[in-house]
Amino acid sequence: MSLLEVSDLEAGYGPVTVLRKISFSVDEGRIVTVLGPNGAGKTTTLRAISGMVRRSGTIRFDGKDVSGHTPEKMARQSVAHVPEGRGTFTGLTVEENLRVGAFPRRDKAAVSEDMQRCFGHFPRLEERRDQHAGSLSGGEQQMLAIGRALMLRPRLMLLDEPSLGLAPKLTRELFAILEKIAREEGVTLLLVEQNANLVLQFADDAHVLESGRIVMSGTAKEIQADEGVRRSYLGL
Amino acid sequence: MERFIQVIVDGWATGSLYGALAVAVVLIYRSTGIVNFAQGELAMFSTFIAWGLLQAGLPLGLALAGTLAISLAGGMLIERVIIRPVEGGEVLTLVIVTLGLYILVNSLAGWIWGFGNRSFPSLFGDGSFDVGGVQFSVESVGIVAVLIAVVGVLFAIFQRTKVGLAMRAVSLNPDSSRLVGISVGRTLMIGWGIAAAVGALAGALIAPRLFLDVNFMGGVLIYSFAAATLGGFDSPLGAVLGGWIIGIAENLAGTYIDFIGADLKILVPLVAILVVLLFRPTGLFGSAEVARA
Repeated sequence: MSLLEVSDLEAGYGPVTVLRKISFSVDEGRIVTVLGPNGAGKTTTLRAISGMVRRSGTIRFDGKDVSGHTPEKMARQSVAHVPEGRGTFTGLTVEENLRVGAFPRRDKAAVSEDMQRCFGHFPRLEERRDQHAGSLSGGEQQMLAIGRALMLRPRLMLLDEPSLGLAPKLTRELFAILEKIAREEGVTLLLVEQNANLVLQFADDAHVLESGRIVMSGTAKEIQADEGVRRSYLGL
Repeated sequence: MERFIQVIVDGWATGSLYGALAVAVVLIYRSTGIVNFAQGELAMFSTFIAWGLLQAGLPLGLALAGTLAISLAGGMLIERVIIRPVEGGEVLTLVIVTLGLYILVNSLAGWIWGFGNRSFPSLFGDGSFDVGGVQFSVESVGIVAVLIAVVGVLFAIFQRTKVGLAMRAVSLNPDSSRLVGISVGRTLMIGWGIAAAVGALAGALIAPRLFLDVNFMGGVLIYSFAAATLGGFDSPLGAVLGGWIIGIAENLAGTYIDFIGADLKILVPLVAILVVLLFRPTGLFGSAEVARA
């Protein structure tokens, strides 16, 4: 069953329309990626789902129409968005960043458990729990952003270029952890990436976005095997 | 020597009053980035409400509690109705809006209560005691104690409560705050409410030393801005210490520098603002952003 269903989504900023009636769906428990070149509308797709930009069309989450939801309302529906630039609260400590991620939750005991689970995934964060988040390296901030999203106990996690600015080795480690989170904790992932080679190795499904339109959808294997995609995006 | 200490003690109490209003200014600045020029007038209006409640026969404690509650609600209402539509706008727009609010509140108070002055009772009576030849008035000690208590309560709210964490998060990164489910508007409303309540308390502490009239906070506001600037503008504790330094410096200058005297004391805050902005724009305690690219 589709956890997220996007139909005829148009979105943009001010007078500029970036997405032109795109439709796609994300099945529960899957790792789904949206690929595409710079400026194709990848970030806008995530921002439109979260209600951060002007948009029209229908977005259904778990069967419910959430097309008019504000970002804070989407978060309360357990949709966690790791934004472009990681959205770190630089003046808060690492621990406070994680606590703020659990803001809508009332179940204190479970929140503490989840924080321990975060530290399990990212031991580096535990070592730095009392440090100001602004002093973390880029990779650590990306871990913190994912940790913060996990603190919501999300059913769906939206990730905006988690690999941006990270060394290849670190990126692979990060993707391994994301895969573990998806498989073991049943969190559905929707991530946008420029690094198609890497993400297709671990995603289940993929959509290819070009100039605000989805030009191809399929399983990651199909997309990877497609000659046109290989030539345009994978550089093979 | 005793005179010297006396001058410092008196300046310390006066400085606490500047600090109290400065805390209110800082609370709004750090959560919204708005320098609220109307903060003093809001405090004046609150003090008139307290005065009205006293006239209606309420005991002082109850009148004060009622005033704080009304100010909290009033501050939230002002944020929702007047500030929300321009939030995130140009700095100039925000400055003009708070200046407009200044005039609006000032005129409204004049229209309701007239322009005459009234006396406002001290919360602490007029007793005093002597320690080694230095006179401490109960009121001065009370003012300092209340201010320290206010900062303690604010610290507890910011560091220990969920609402405080949300307020800090919103001031650092509003977009990211919304993505974790924080309602930014509601959080800013709470910030304005708390600031208005702190301002009301400042007004009730200041009024007994001056007369209560519609313009009595105007002069105090300048000192408070100096205190806030000195403290770094985003730290309540800095605002308090800034207030103390300004108050003591003002009193020392007025007493020991002949040509300043009582008339030119107003130079002290102005010079302080200038010096801080020239040589240390982040003040004594302002947070220079810790960031690593």
